[in-house]
Amino acid sequence: MQHSEAADIFNKDVERTTWHDETLWWVRQKRDKVAFQIPEWELLRETASQIKNNVLSNLHDYLVSFEEQAIRNGVKVHWAADAAEHNQIVLSILRENNINSLSKSKSMLTEECHMNEFLSHNGIDVIDTDLGERIVQLRQEPPSHIVMPAIHLKKEDVSDTFHEHLNTEKGNNAPQYLTEVARHHLREKFLERKLALTGVNFAVAETGEFVVCTNEGNADMGAHLADVHIACMGFEKIIPKREHLGVFLRLLARSATGQPITTYSSHFRKPCEGQQMHIVIVDNGRSTQLGRKDFRNSLKCIRCAACMNTCPVYRRSGGHSYHNAVAGPIGSILAPNLDMTKFADLPFASTLCGSCSNVCPVKIDIHDQLYKWRQVLVQSGHAPTVKKLGMKAMNFTFSHPAAYQLGGSVGRKIMKALPFLVNNGMNPWFKNREMPEPPSESFRDWYKKNRKK
Amino acid sequence: MKVGLFIPCYIDQFYPQVGVATLELLEKLGCEVGFPLNQTCCGQPMANSGFEHLAGSCSQLFIDNFSEFDYIVSPSGSCTLHVKEHVGIHPKGGIYELTEFINDVLKIDKLDARFPHKVGLHQSCHGQRGLKLSQMSELNAPGFSKPEKLLRMVDGLDLVTLDRKDECCGFGGTFCVTEEAVSVRMGIDRVRDHVKNGTEVLTGGDTSCLMHLEGIIRREKLPLKVMHIAEILNFSN
Amino acid sequence: MSSRESILSKIKASQPEQRALPGLTGLNLQVDSVFQKYREVLTSIGGTVVEVRSFDEIKAFIKSEYNTSLRLITTLPELADIAETGWLEADPHSLSDVELTIIRGVFGVAENGAIWLTENEMGQRVAPFICQNLAIIIQKENIVADLHLAYERIGNEENSFSTFLAGPSKTADIEQSLVLGAHGSRSLVVFVL
Repeated sequence: MQHSEAADIFNKDVERTTWHDETLWWVRQKRDKVAFQIPEWELLRETASQIKNNVLSNLHDYLVSFEEQAIRNGVKVHWAADAAEHNQIVLSILRENNINSLSKSKSMLTEECHMNEFLSHNGIDVIDTDLGERIVQLRQEPPSHIVMPAIHLKKEDVSDTFHEHLNTEKGNNAPQYLTEVARHHLREKFLERKLALTGVNFAVAETGEFVVCTNEGNADMGAHLADVHIACMGFEKIIPKREHLGVFLRLLARSATGQPITTYSSHFRKPCEGQQMHIVIVDNGRSTQLGRKDFRNSLKCIRCAACMNTCPVYRRSGGHSYHNAVAGPIGSILAPNLDMTKFADLPFASTLCGSCSNVCPVKIDIHDQLYKWRQVLVQSGHAPTVKKLGMKAMNFTFSHPAAYQLGGSVGRKIMKALPFLVNNGMNPWFKNREMPEPPSESFRDWYKKNRKK
Repeated sequence: MKVGLFIPCYIDQFYPQVGVATLELLEKLGCEVGFPLNQTCCGQPMANSGFEHLAGSCSQLFIDNFSEFDYIVSPSGSCTLHVKEHVGIHPKGGIYELTEFINDVLKIDKLDARFPHKVGLHQSCHGQRGLKLSQMSELNAPGFSKPEKLLRMVDGLDLVTLDRKDECCGFGGTFCVTEEAVSVRMGIDRVRDHVKNGTEVLTGGDTSCLMHLEGIIRREKLPLKVMHIAEILNFSN
Repeated sequence: MSSRESILSKIKASQPEQRALPGLTGLNLQVDSVFQKYREVLTSIGGTVVEVRSFDEIKAFIKSEYNTSLRLITTLPELADIAETGWLEADPHSLSDVELTIIRGVFGVAENGAIWLTENEMGQRVAPFICQNLAIIIQKENIVADLHLAYERIGNEENSFSTFLAGPSKTADIEQSLVLGAHGSRSLVVFVL
């Protein structure tokens, strides 16, 4: 389903749309509040942006260095060209260790690779341990937000889901109660699972260590209680030096949720005595994106989701309408790289208002890339034919002053040229908006009468 | 100082009074203003829809029409931004949105206008974030606003403070029909913010945003009047 | 060609021209009193700062505020009379019934309330996470203003595992309502000596 159709359905529930918008706007306000307590905030963003520019230009060497250090630290490093290879690597580590279940802390990469489905088909039981992810997993839905996976749900929905799967009291909607039940339910899993899978927020080329950030503590509970820890990362997670963590950790949580830092920012360098640690470095289209001059900056993303929280379209259409693991503005510039046909609608699901680029902690020119993706998609034949014909007619009218001026009565010619102003009941404009009333004369006519004598 | 007046197509066809107010205001402020009669559109609707490659002839026409002027001025942030970034014309004095031109080039500090009403300013995104006509709420940087500065020079005008001072209205060019549901919802939310905070007259620097908001206001039969900022700055009674 | 080689060669062919690393100057946060700032920030994220002059005061606080009939563990010999110390080599799963873990922290960070912990202070990696409640002792002079100073201080230390820990475990995944005690400790007390 295209974004616009899904958004249309989302908006049918007016109250929920209001709630979704206001809740995410509140997160944006929290972000503003803590960001503005840092006088050097804009310099911090600029510095982070420049560090990431340096990373993109040295990715090859940084990855080689990271791998070398990680191996020296006793970590096993794997490389996956695509989602399928990533999933296969995880499965083979499970098989080698005779393990058939795992606990997973939040990793958008594994969502991108559709790892859960793959592992389930192969008889592996995957438990998502981030509360929001667990909620959507029980409901067999994908996350709708990369930081707040269940933000599309109300507490009543969670209560119903937990009543069905975890035997909570029917109708008890208190978040405190529901979280407590999840704590007990997932603690059991942490204690029994022999393999833990986590994502990676930052991987340091200089030291081979990687940092995982959570508020709940699920990555640590999983990793420290398991015999095998697998950390999966897109190759763009690399940063040059440990000191750069200071820059990124200052920006990440403030941008994401308005916290000064996540509760836990854990630095994994060497496995525990007797434990195995694996890192899977994934490409899955990233090297292609790196080669696209206009779009490579999207790889600077640190997945804070500030662009989603500020996006007026995201807030009023929900994450699922983007039909991609990463939704919102950043998802809309990442997804077409993976599949132009499937995701041709996403760069158009924006007003190009530019708020996303302004909140981005690494200064990705998101709205400019949305504009550029539109050009690429149209030129590579991914525009609907009707739109194409309309655009040609529009261009003809606007390129020929005579056609523009002789199109009929005032108002009519522009209505012909700009399809959204066609005055009939079929026009979506008219569904909820009045048309402007054509005046008795155009400005041009007035000007000829009053100025050009 | 020869100023070429660029009147975007919607204004020409639906809101001639905005063109008139812009012209009169600029003349009042001492500019010699010309309006090339063969102008049509800057090509933005096509470019934003992904058809920038088709807009070349449109751009050429624009260049032909405006090459004789020192300045190009337009009562639209959005169209000005497009001309600046994509048309490829570079007049000696520059290309300006109306309030930007008055602030930065004419540098006035008083205005002969009176408008005793509660006015709510809608910041169009292309004007604000694109042309940087005012500080953006996302940035930790000193505040300023070129349109607000001018509105504050208008006698009797009471400027309303909004809950969300620079959220997009949802017009977005063809977005307003391709994403009808979200577009309308965004517009409704903007209008409600104005109603809640007591706006009597909703104004802004972009007729496209205002056309969308006005369409909603009229459909919902709300007691709000919509006027372009040029009309207010040129108002006296 | 292996995936490793093909990925690396594709990256090499696609990466843009060299861009220099920026310096990290001018980023430091100006703080009047690092201790006051630390207390203010930690409180705002759900932690509690308790100023103490001695281990006796720490013990008195623990006795009055926690259920000492439950399992208390520590890495500090000074607290051996109120908490277990012989758990360092135990199976980490056996710590699942710990009510309170008491450990030392290396230093605190005023701007975000975090405390730097390495495996040395933790005793076992899972110890500060698996407990119901957590108490960390830091020296008052060991608080830095911001994260840049924090990483300067950490330097090139080779820690197998280390963490910045800031406040109790929390979640807001249900309607953005903040709940303390998601998977990790439900509370955090920082004793400042």
